Amino acid sequence: MNSNMTDTGPIVDVRKLTVDFSTGGGKTVRAVAGVDLSLKKGETLALLGESGSGKSVTLRALMRLHPDSARFGGSVNVDGRDILAMPYGDLARYRGKVVSMIFQDPGLAFDPVYRVGDQIAEAVVRHEGISMQEAKKRALGLFERVRIPSPERRLDNYPHEMSGGMRQRAMIALALACRPKVLLADEPTTALDATVQIQVLLLLRELQRELGLAVIFVTHDIGVAVEVADRIAVMYGGRIVETGKCADIIRNPSHPYTQGLLASRTGHEAVKGSRLVTIPGAPPDLSNMPPGCPFGPRCKYVMDRCKTQTPPLYDVGADHFAACFLIEQQAASQSQLQSA
Amino acid sequence: MLLYILKRIVYVTPVALGVSVICFLLVHLAPGDPLTSVMPIDATAEQQAEMRAAYGFDRPLIVQYFLWLWKVLHADLGNSIATGRPVLTEVSRAVVNSLILAAVATLIGFTFGTLFGFVAGYFRNSPLDKIASAISVFGVSVPHYWLGMVLVIIFSVQLNWLPSTGAGPGGSSNWRPDADHLRYIILPAITMSVIPTGIIARTLRALVADILSQEFVQALRAKGLGEWGVFKHVVTNAAPTALAVMGLQLGYLLGGSILIETVFAWPGTGFLLNAAIFQRDLPLLQGTILVLAMFFVGLNLIVDVLQTALDPRIQRG
Repeated sequence: MNSNMTDTGPIVDVRKLTVDFSTGGGKTVRAVAGVDLSLKKGETLALLGESGSGKSVTLRALMRLHPDSARFGGSVNVDGRDILAMPYGDLARYRGKVVSMIFQDPGLAFDPVYRVGDQIAEAVVRHEGISMQEAKKRALGLFERVRIPSPERRLDNYPHEMSGGMRQRAMIALALACRPKVLLADEPTTALDATVQIQVLLLLRELQRELGLAVIFVTHDIGVAVEVADRIAVMYGGRIVETGKCADIIRNPSHPYTQGLLASRTGHEAVKGSRLVTIPGAPPDLSNMPPGCPFGPRCKYVMDRCKTQTPPLYDVGADHFAACFLIEQQAASQSQLQSA
Repeated sequence: MLLYILKRIVYVTPVALGVSVICFLLVHLAPGDPLTSVMPIDATAEQQAEMRAAYGFDRPLIVQYFLWLWKVLHADLGNSIATGRPVLTEVSRAVVNSLILAAVATLIGFTFGTLFGFVAGYFRNSPLDKIASAISVFGVSVPHYWLGMVLVIIFSVQLNWLPSTGAGPGGSSNWRPDADHLRYIILPAITMSVIPTGIIARTLRALVADILSQEFVQALRAKGLGEWGVFKHVVTNAAPTALAVMGLQLGYLLGGSILIETVFAWPGTGFLLNAAIFQRDLPLLQGTILVLAMFFVGLNLIVDVLQTALDPRIQRG
C-alpha cells in the first residue's frame, strides 16, 4: 500500500518487547523474545510467521490484551503513550479508541446473544458518550461503508444470522467505529472462503488508504502479506528474523527461514505429481527453546556458533535487516575479496 | 412469540395426559388394597365388596381411569379416605405451605448459588474459588435430612434459638408472614436451599469460566469495555442456561421434600405424601402426585418460553 508520510515520528514504537507466560509448576514460556517494531502513520506492516512464532502475542501487546499471567519487558509506545505502564482504567479508554482490532474468526469474536448493530453502537457509546440512537446511526454509516447489503436490516441481525464474509465486514465496521489511528488485524481472512478473502483484503486496503490508518497485519500467508503490506517482518520463535520492504524481501530473502517460506509457496508453476517444497522439522517448543538461533535446528546452513549465540539483525540493504550469521560471513568474505 | 407460546401449550397437552396415566397407574401398581386399612378387621366379605363398589374399585381399570380423569378435569380429586375431606382442599393447603417454604429456600439458594458460581467462575483456581467450590460440593453431597437434624440439634436443642418443628406457634398449619411464623421457616428453608445452592453454583462456575474463555470476551475488552461492561455480557450469555437449571431446581423445591418436611413436620405436600403413603390414602396420594407433576410440566413450559425469549439462537419454529 502507499504510505502518505506526512508525519515524522512513528505512531507505534515497540522496543525490546518480551512477553512471558507462566504455566503450571512455576515454569515460564517466553512467547516474544525481544521484538523491535516501528510503524509510521498510514503505513501497513505484515507480521509474518507460523503458529507459535509470537506474532499474535506481539500484536496483542499493543493493547495489552493478554491473560493476567503475562509478564512484559521492554516498551510499547503507541501515539505517545506507554502502553505497558498504563493503569487499567486508561487502558480500557484507549482500547478501541486509539487502537482497535479485527479478530481472526468473526464467528467467535461477536457476542452471540447481542445484535451486531448494538455491539457496534456499544463501543461508540462507551468512547464518545453519545446517545444510543446516534451511535446506531454511526453503525449504519459504517455498515454502508464496509458495503454490507441492506444495512438497516443487517444491523438488527444476530451474528449467527450473517455469513462469514459479512460478519468480517461487520467486524471491520466495529473496529473502525471510533475512528482509531492504528488498526490491528489478526489473520482477518484466515477463517474465510478464498473468494471472500480477496474481497475482505481489498476492502481493508481501500479503507486503510482512505482513512490513513497505520495497520499491523498478522498472517501466516506470505501471499497475503505481499498483497496488503508496505513492509514485512518475519517472525520465528518469538523473534523478528527478517524485516524490510515487501519487494526487497521477495526479491532478496536473506534469512534461510524466509527463503524456505518463499520456496514452499505453491504457485501456478506447481506440477501435478511433483513434491511440494517444505521446511524440514517443526517450529521450536517455546517452553524448551534451544540456545542460540531459534531456527538453527531446522537450518541447512547451520554453523557451530548458531548453536550457542543468537544472531543480531544485520543490515542487508535499504531498511532491510536479517538475523543470520551467514550475512556477517558473506560481508567478511566480500571485504576480504576487496582488500585482496 | 404469542404463536410460539400457544404452540408450546399444545405440545404440553399429551405430556400432561401421559403424566396423569402414570399417576393413576403407579398407585394401582402398589400392592395391597387401599380399603383394607380403613375397614375394621372383622368386616365381612360382603361389607368389603360393598365398600369397594361405593368407591368404584370394582370397575375395570380403564373405566376407573376415565372416571377419575373426568372428575380431575372438573377440579374434583375425590375425598381423602383417611379424613373424608376433599383431596383438593388438603392438597391446596399443603401446596401453599410448600410454596412458601420453596420460595424462601429458592431465594436463599439462588442468591448464594449465583454468588458462589460467579465468584468461582471469575476467579477460577484462586482461594476464593476453592472455598466456593467446597461449599457447593458440600451442598450437593450432604444428605439434607441429616443436615436438618444437625441444625435442629444446634439451633433448637442446644441454643434454643429457633423452633424445631411445625409451621407456626401452636401447631398452626397456615403460615403467615409475621415474626412468629418467620422463626419457624428459617431452619427448614436453609436445609432445603443447600442443594440448589450447590447445583446452581457448580453449573454457573463452569458456565462463567467457559464464557470468559471465549474469544468474544477478548473482543469486548479490545473495543474498550471495562470489567463492568464485560460482566453485563457474561450475565446475558449465562442467563439462558442458568435459567434452565434454576427452573428445574424450582420444580424440585416446589415438589416439596418428603424428608425435610417430615424432619421439620412442615405441613406441605411432602408431609402430605408421606402421610398418604403410610395411611394408604389412595385418592389423596393420586391427587398430590398429580398436582406436583403438573407443577413440573407448567414450570418446564415457562422455562422453555423464557429461554427462547432470552436466547436468539433458539429457533421459534
